Amino acid sequence: MTQQISVAPTVGEELPPFVRETGFAAWNRYAAVNDEFVPIHMDDEAGRAAGYPTAFGMGNLQWSYLHVLVREWVAGRGRIARLSCQFRNPNLKGQTVTARGVVSAVNEDDGVISAELKIWTETQDGTVLAPGTATVVFE
Amino acid sequence: MRTNVSDAMRGALGNLLTRRISHPVSESDIRRWALAVYWPEKPPRVFVDAAHAPEEFNPFAWAVAASESTGKATSDANAADRTEQLAGVPGPGLQFQLNGGMESEYGTPIRPGDVITSENRLESYSEREGRLGLMLFTVTADTWTNQDGAVVKRTRSTLIRY
Repeated sequence: MTQQISVAPTVGEELPPFVRETGFAAWNRYAAVNDEFVPIHMDDEAGRAAGYPTAFGMGNLQWSYLHVLVREWVAGRGRIARLSCQFRNPNLKGQTVTARGVVSAVNEDDGVISAELKIWTETQDGTVLAPGTATVVFE
Repeated sequence: MRTNVSDAMRGALGNLLTRRISHPVSESDIRRWALAVYWPEKPPRVFVDAAHAPEEFNPFAWAVAASESTGKATSDANAADRTEQLAGVPGPGLQFQLNGGMESEYGTPIRPGDVITSENRLESYSEREGRLGLMLFTVTADTWTNQDGAVVKRTRSTLIRY
């Protein structure tokens, strides 16, 4: 008898965190592929002129980190159907940013299992940078 | 009540901001994107092999094959009034802008050889007082389709200006 391995997640399950350091090394690489050489992401003076202590990283890179978080948890079991986030705080230089998530709901509709995730990025002191949600459909 | 939203700006809601057609997506585009995002670690094999692009991949970075807009923007892609320039109306004249957030729905994955068409429209304005003063929130709605007409992605983006 072949045992059916369940792919269904469980409510409360935590996604393995994705951790990265902030700074020009990561931001410049991302700028290079996304053509995002904007002064506030490149220069501390520009960041200060915009009202922040230093240059700060692209929201789009936080967006990518949240996608990485969900993809690594899905691990080939399904696909990301939807993802959203809000950029509440800037990711300043010299910080540790961790992308985290937790399963908030599991649904089954016509035999298709989907999961709702609460996801976010945060700094080393727990400040939330980009809270969001995602929907994963298992296939 | 003070507002940064003029009648002309409200009248521009629904206007096409940009309709862009990408160059064909190459394997190297996908690989480089993943290398940058996953750095300093190596990206997953699926992206090194370029079987398909990561969901958040941008085929319009650096250059497009074709582009049209309702209005005409200046050459400064970082201008705070760019949205209204593209919509064909005078902008609010604000100085700073920030990415406020995004929401995307995903359909068909992007694969090597795909040509992506984007239609981005001005959806809404709202305002509220914040730490940085009166802040203007602008939402745009962007739909991407591939060369077969299949929907790749629908994204609503929020731009914050002050």
